[in-house]
Amino acid sequence: MKNRSPSPIVLLGTRFLSPYIMVFGFYVIFHGHYSPGGGFQGGTLLAVSLLLVRIASGTKIANLQFKDYLATPYAAIGVIIYFGTGLVALIMGGYFLDYEQLPIPGLEGADLRYWGILIIELGIGLTVMTVLVLIYDNMVKGEDYA
Amino acid sequence: MKYLKLLLILVFALLLLFAASDLPFRGDPDNRMNQQTSMTGTDVPGNYYISEAYNDAHTPNIVTVVLGDYRSIDTLGEQIVIFTAGMITFLLLRKRRDDDEE
Repeated sequence: MKNRSPSPIVLLGTRFLSPYIMVFGFYVIFHGHYSPGGGFQGGTLLAVSLLLVRIASGTKIANLQFKDYLATPYAAIGVIIYFGTGLVALIMGGYFLDYEQLPIPGLEGADLRYWGILIIELGIGLTVMTVLVLIYDNMVKGEDYA
Repeated sequence: MKYLKLLLILVFALLLLFAASDLPFRGDPDNRMNQQTSMTGTDVPGNYYISEAYNDAHTPNIVTVVLGDYRSIDTLGEQIVIFTAGMITFLLLRKRRDDDEE
């Protein structure tokens, strides 16, 4: 297998498909309060939209979409978003992950819980997306089109 | 030996069918699992979730409220499990790549 070059037709197809899958992933995360879905499912869909271009084109072109060295810090940032939300609630005088104590102005009670759930879902989605991309990148390192 | 395997599979399939014939119907309100109190006489938390989830978080999806609010520490654990899986591939496979370059 010496002559391995990305097919332009496949690359064009995946480039066409990737943004729509990404929009659907964001829909699953942000509409998780009203329909089946949430951080894990939406994060997996976001990872699929990134992995599709990675499989079709190789690492060099895919790095234009999402830099591979950013995956590890973003995964940590996702965990920090979740843990920090709980810690802020703890510092503001409630229990750990008690969203009613979050210092968001203009909201109180049940609406604060609504937004607290959305914040942690975003953290979960970020971690799941970047970890799946990270696993793929580490497994194919140096063995794809490069 | 081949007939013994076939006999074992048949016996096991009959056992499973026999067990499945005695399962309760799904959605039957008289089932033990759909009662408001458990076998030990304590209240089942599902009642509270179903009746109060919307009032607590203004979220129509009960599953999201249970996952993100009532059981949020469990979800934090799940996220850390996924993060740990990513870190393990990062550490193990990155080490092997450095060895190849030497």
